[in-house]
Amino acid sequence: MAGARLVTDDAPRGVVQAVGTGVGRVVISLVVPVVAFLVLWAGFLFLRDAQAPKIVVVVVAIVWGVGGTGLLYIVSNWLVEKLPGTWRGRVLPFVFVGPALAILTFYLLVPAILTIYNSFRDATGGKFVGLDNYAYAFTNPDMLTAIRNNVLWLVLGTVFSTGLGLAIAVLADRSKLDRLVKTLIFLPMAISFVGAAIIWRFVFSFQPEGQPQIGLLNGVLSSFGIAPQSWLTVEPWNTLFIIVILVWGQAGFAMVILSAALKGVPDEMLEAGRIDGATEWQIFRRIILPTVWPTVVTVATTIAILTLKIFDIVQTMTGGNFGTNVIATLQYKQMFTFFDYGRGSALAVILLIAVTPVMWYNLRQFRSRGM
Amino acid sequence: MKTSRTSLILVNGTVILLAAIWTIPTLGLFITSFRTKAAISDSGWWTVFTHPGGFSLDNYNNVIFGGDGLGTAFLNTLAVTIPAVVIPILIAAFAAYGFAWMSFPGKKILFITVVALLVVPLQISLIPILKAYLAVSLNGTFLAIWLAHAGFGLALATYLLYNYISQLPKDILESAYIDGASHFQTFTRLILPLSTPALASFAIFQFLWVWNDLLVAQTFLGTNKDVAVMTSRLLNIVGSRGQDWQLLTAGAFVSMLVPVAVFLALQRFFVRGMMAGSVKG
Repeated sequence: MAGARLVTDDAPRGVVQAVGTGVGRVVISLVVPVVAFLVLWAGFLFLRDAQAPKIVVVVVAIVWGVGGTGLLYIVSNWLVEKLPGTWRGRVLPFVFVGPALAILTFYLLVPAILTIYNSFRDATGGKFVGLDNYAYAFTNPDMLTAIRNNVLWLVLGTVFSTGLGLAIAVLADRSKLDRLVKTLIFLPMAISFVGAAIIWRFVFSFQPEGQPQIGLLNGVLSSFGIAPQSWLTVEPWNTLFIIVILVWGQAGFAMVILSAALKGVPDEMLEAGRIDGATEWQIFRRIILPTVWPTVVTVATTIAILTLKIFDIVQTMTGGNFGTNVIATLQYKQMFTFFDYGRGSALAVILLIAVTPVMWYNLRQFRSRGM
Repeated sequence: MKTSRTSLILVNGTVILLAAIWTIPTLGLFITSFRTKAAISDSGWWTVFTHPGGFSLDNYNNVIFGGDGLGTAFLNTLAVTIPAVVIPILIAAFAAYGFAWMSFPGKKILFITVVALLVVPLQISLIPILKAYLAVSLNGTFLAIWLAHAGFGLALATYLLYNYISQLPKDILESAYIDGASHFQTFTRLILPLSTPALASFAIFQFLWVWNDLLVAQTFLGTNKDVAVMTSRLLNIVGSRGQDWQLLTAGAFVSMLVPVAVFLALQRFFVRGMMAGSVKG
């Protein structure tokens, strides 16, 4: 990665010592950052106005972005090392942590404060409107549907992903085919929600009765002589069918993590249970489940956060039509279709408030696992 | 362990059934992507097993080089993803080292702030950052989306890398300082190579996240064909020609190619990366 490029900071120092004098130092201290800046600026202009073939632009963009970041650290470190000893010690830590803090401030901290502030203002961010946007959020029928759907996502998505993941992990461990099965079930994790939505739109594809059915589900129905169903347009069932996609994608995640936890169940305990004549189900209920329970909770909360913020799947499957909206798709609509920044901000704040307790709990779990 | 024959058959049967259910939708997409437009609308993809025929590579040719320009979108996705993975890792690694091994006033409170920012869902940042971008006409540039992804991934990256880097043995670092190495040299020559497992885990998580992202790309890069990524282009085809399955199936497959290859090649790192990423807000 960029590591190899960074190991060049000795060379310029040699040059500085050769120049020796204080004046030389000052001149070079000025020249180096200016040159670095000019190089980056030229790269920016090239990328902005590029007429070159796409592949050239892409390569330049990658080199410029990655190299530029490295260069900024090299130059700022080099400058700080020119400072007298005590100042060097004071400034250097901020060369290391400064860029991260600056980016986090600009991209998360300040926007969070601005969004909270804007959620109490009107569509253009001008007039103070008190709690109107929140009142809207909890009375508007579309929003109420979206909140109901998010609850469905939260409960069903989380329970089924985690439950199936656990079931598959337990079963696969007793099968000789565990590697293959686990790979196949984990694979959807690599596929984007947009890609997954396309896969499943095709499964749910519907043609009027009498025409050839090309969707798998309606194909199966028509082979039994049952009339084809329009799966994605009937509220509230359509939301359940869309949740299937999340379960398809996340059960593999749950399976892999729970499978690692199952390896931690002591064999002696299982043996002892079997000698005492416990059935496999009793062993699962009384020995396995209590041992892996903390991991089950961690997996469930992780998926719960995902369901609260779910956006891509719904946007690709139905665009939020037919009563399938969730909070995140309505928020997107308020921002980019209605340009109502006040309501959009209020919805974002509602998401933040919904996610925070789960996330906080998750972080505590994560720390106690010592990762 | 004593397991009866029937229960073994039952277990194997169940897992094979589940694996089949999980795989068939993707298989259907894959087969359909090689069928002609007429064949797709005339019969279900499963009929190819009994009536082979109607295969063609045109779908890929059309979707990659045709008007939908998924080839361009593929290159755009690469141009977005690689820097959007490397930049936050580099910045986070510097910060993690700073927090772990340097002393400065306010260190503790600053680190707590970084961890606290983990809970912020990125939706909260979209409008303010979009407004700021529009004010300096940065919207629709690669730089805009690199920095946005860096911003949204940085809290997690710093936290994870801090957990790893702060646990490295103190003696190694002290002997480096005694040998006269500066912090910068220690970091680039010692810490970065030693942290490879943590860096790789986060890199895979962030790679997958950025490659598969829709919301951030849709907001800061837009749908203009010159810069749009594959997820944006696919959503556009779904919206305008949702029944053109010959394009959608091939297009979806092109977009899955790289992450699935990474998944199959680097499964172990992949699992670790997913586990590490479980606390992303």
